[in-house]
This record gives sequence, structure tokens and C-alpha cells, in this order.
Amino acid sequence: MLQQIIDDAPKFFGYFNLLFLLQALAATFLLSLVGCVLGFAFGFLLAIARRTTGWRLAPLRGLVIVFTEAFRRIPFLVTLMLVFFAFQALKLETSVFTVALCSVCLIATAFIAEIVRAGLKSVHHNQWDAAAAMNFTYLETLRYVVVPQAWKVMLPPAFSFFVLFIKDTALASQIGVIELTFAGKVLANKGFPAALTFGTILVLYFLLSWPLARFGQWMEVKLAPARTH
Amino acid sequence: MPQLELIDLRANYGDLAVLERISFSVNKGEIISLIGPSGSGKSTLLRVLVGLLAPAGGCIKLDGEEIDYRNKASLRAVRSRIAIVFQQFNLFQNMDVLANVTIAPVKVKGQPPADAEAYARHLLDRVGLGHKLHAYPDQLSGGQQQRVAIARALALKPEIVLLDEVTSALDPELVNEVLDVVRLLAADGMTIFFVSHEMAFVREVSSKVIFMADGKVVESGTPAQIFDSPQQARTREFVGKILRH
Repeated sequence: MLQQIIDDAPKFFGYFNLLFLLQALAATFLLSLVGCVLGFAFGFLLAIARRTTGWRLAPLRGLVIVFTEAFRRIPFLVTLMLVFFAFQALKLETSVFTVALCSVCLIATAFIAEIVRAGLKSVHHNQWDAAAAMNFTYLETLRYVVVPQAWKVMLPPAFSFFVLFIKDTALASQIGVIELTFAGKVLANKGFPAALTFGTILVLYFLLSWPLARFGQWMEVKLAPARTH
Repeated sequence: MPQLELIDLRANYGDLAVLERISFSVNKGEIISLIGPSGSGKSTLLRVLVGLLAPAGGCIKLDGEEIDYRNKASLRAVRSRIAIVFQQFNLFQNMDVLANVTIAPVKVKGQPPADAEAYARHLLDRVGLGHKLHAYPDQLSGGQQQRVAIARALALKPEIVLLDEVTSALDPELVNEVLDVVRLLAADGMTIFFVSHEMAFVREVSSKVIFMADGKVVESGTPAQIFDSPQQARTREFVGKILRH
């Protein structure tokens, strides 16, 4: 088998295959990046909305709860199909890649909203009381007092979700997006050795998720430093 | 005119009535001590005063003007004049001592950071913590944290300070360092609400003692009246229990 891999390697790493792999890598990278970044931003907003008080915002809170509870329970694949058919029903001409982008954002938003909610909840209520008594507004309390203390609870699960999430983007291949896993299948079907093809895919996935995990560790040190007494 | 007037004040936690028809008035510079058994509503009364719990009825007048706790502007005005110090200190865990004291003046009141810092240093010197400016709350003893909390409350230049069992969470040997700070405030002529179980201290500093039980004011008067010749059976029982040890 090893001999076969060595024999096939020059052809496998030919110009057109590399271009194909690079495009697939870019697709996986973009889906992950957009999902993580927008998911984090929207998830944060949803968690903040969910923690508001007062009857005026009650409908908003209701929507947020329905959204997060629903999209955390629907399988990724089903979400993809839902978005796909929603675009068709609305007669919107979009690429399958756009459909995949929307889906990853929906899912990441729902999961991150829950992670941020848990983080905000972890901060003791007496911190809110103290801030309120000193006339901090809701957003000032979040910004100066609560969020800085919540990072250490939010970051580890957020980044472990992101790492899982990169792998989940493989499901976008089901609606025809050519991302890494799909590219691996195509090349294997062309007759390249499976070990060579999927070995390469493995390395590429690793190259995406390893820096992300490192970035997460860096953020933890930066935003949630452990103090020594 | 009294500085603060409570008229038939009521408050509930859900369906449970925790304050019932509380009425009394406070003059500027008075030290009002609230005493009574646990669950009598002393801390709740302070939470209502500073707007952390909305009153269910009655009213509170500050300098003769009724406070509307449901109105944001009115609430902000009250909180800029009445400060509270909590039993558990409630210092911001993510900030050092200096930041804890300067954050509200700078971010909420918009004071120039240099001014706020100079005043904070002055206050922290007064409470004896001028050397701990860059320590974090979890690096301080309870007594030190509570003194920072008092400095933080004073940084907003309040007219009335509410001290909610400020020594109850402290080890016995740390109680006096906090009480010394309260003496300083009293000497400054600040109006103080003092919820406490430190009866000797209450007797020493108070201008008026209010005995509460089951959410009601049972009896109020000078320290001598309450401790030496209580009129109500509930008060006699409570004072008797306390003085026995």
C-alpha cells in the first residue's frame, strides 16, 4: 500500500488536484469562519436579549428562547434542508454555498447563545445588584462587570464547540457544496488510494482546527487570566 | 423638613409580604439603626430604598419629593444620592481596588479619570487601604474588602449611606476595623442607615434605633429607650436575648 501511495503521490498532488483541494479547503474554512464569527456575534446578542427584563421585551425573549431551543435540537442536516427549501419556496436564486453559510450561522448562533447565557448566569447576582445600585445601565453592567467575569466560563465550551463545528461543516456536502470531505470522496472515486486522499484531508482539517484551538487558549490567557495569590 | 420620609411603605417578595406599613422619618445627619431578628425586613427595607426591590405600596419622600421607583430618571436620581454597602461586599471581582472605587464615577458620572482617581486615593487612605490600590478583591481579607466597598460607595458622594450588615460576614477580629470606618462617616455628619447585630456599637453611635419584626416597625426611639426601657413585649424579648450574652 505504501508503495502505491508513493507511486500515486506525484499525480495526486498535480496542479488541478491541488487547486481542487485548495478550493475545498477554502469552502470549509469560510463556512467555519463565518459560522464562528457571526455565530458568536449573534449568539452574544441573543443571550443579552434573553437576559433583559420588563414586559415590553417579553416577545423578543420568547422568540430568542424558541430559536435557541429549536436550532439546538434540529440535526444540522435537517437545518440545511430547511434553509435549502426555504430559499426555493421564496424563489430566491442562491448558490448552495450561500444556503450552507446561512445554515452554519443559524446553528452556531443557537449554540453560542446558550454558551453565553450560561456564562452570564455564572456571574454572581450580587455583582448585578452592586452595579445597579451605582446607576450602571444594563449594557454598562454587562460591559464593565459581567462579561469580563464570564469569559472564563464562556471561552472553553465556545472553542470546543468551534472545533466540533469545523467538522460538522462537512455536512454541507449533502446539498452539493464542495468542501473538504466531499473533495476527498471525489478524489477517492477517481481512483487515488483512500489512505492518501483521506490522509491529506485529515491533515487539512488539522491545519484548520489546531490554530483555532491555540487561538482559544490565547484568548483565555488574555481575557480570563488566572491570578496567583 | 425631614431628609427622608417613609409613609406606609409596603413591599413583597412574590406573594409574601416582607414589609408592612413602614412609616418613619429621618433628619439629615442622623444615624438610624435597624435591629431585629433575621427575616424581619431590615435588609429588604434598604433594598427598597435604593431601588433594588420595587415598593408595593406607600411612598418614600426625599427632601419632600416623592420618589417614583418605576420611573428610570427618578430612580437614577435616587441612586446618585443614596448609596448602599452590602453584607457580602459585592466588589467587582474583575477589577483591582482602585478600579472598583473609580469605575462608577468615571463611567457612570463622567468624571475625569484623574479627578476620580485622586478622590479614590483619598478615600482609600481614609479607610486605611492606601497601600492596596492594585490588589484584587480575592487577595484581600473580608474586613479589607468591606472597607473598599465603603470607599466605593462614598466615591459617588452620596447624601445617605445604607450599611447592610456590613460586619456580619466578617471574622470577629476584623469587625472593629470596619466599625472604625463607620465611626468616621458618623463624625462627618453623613446620614446613615445601619442594619446590624453589633448591639454595643448600635447603642454607641445611633441617634435613633428602630426595632423591626415580621416586616413591621415594632418600636423606635433613642438607644436608651430601646435598650433600657423597651415598651413592647417583642422588643423586651429581643433585647433581653441579646443582652444575656
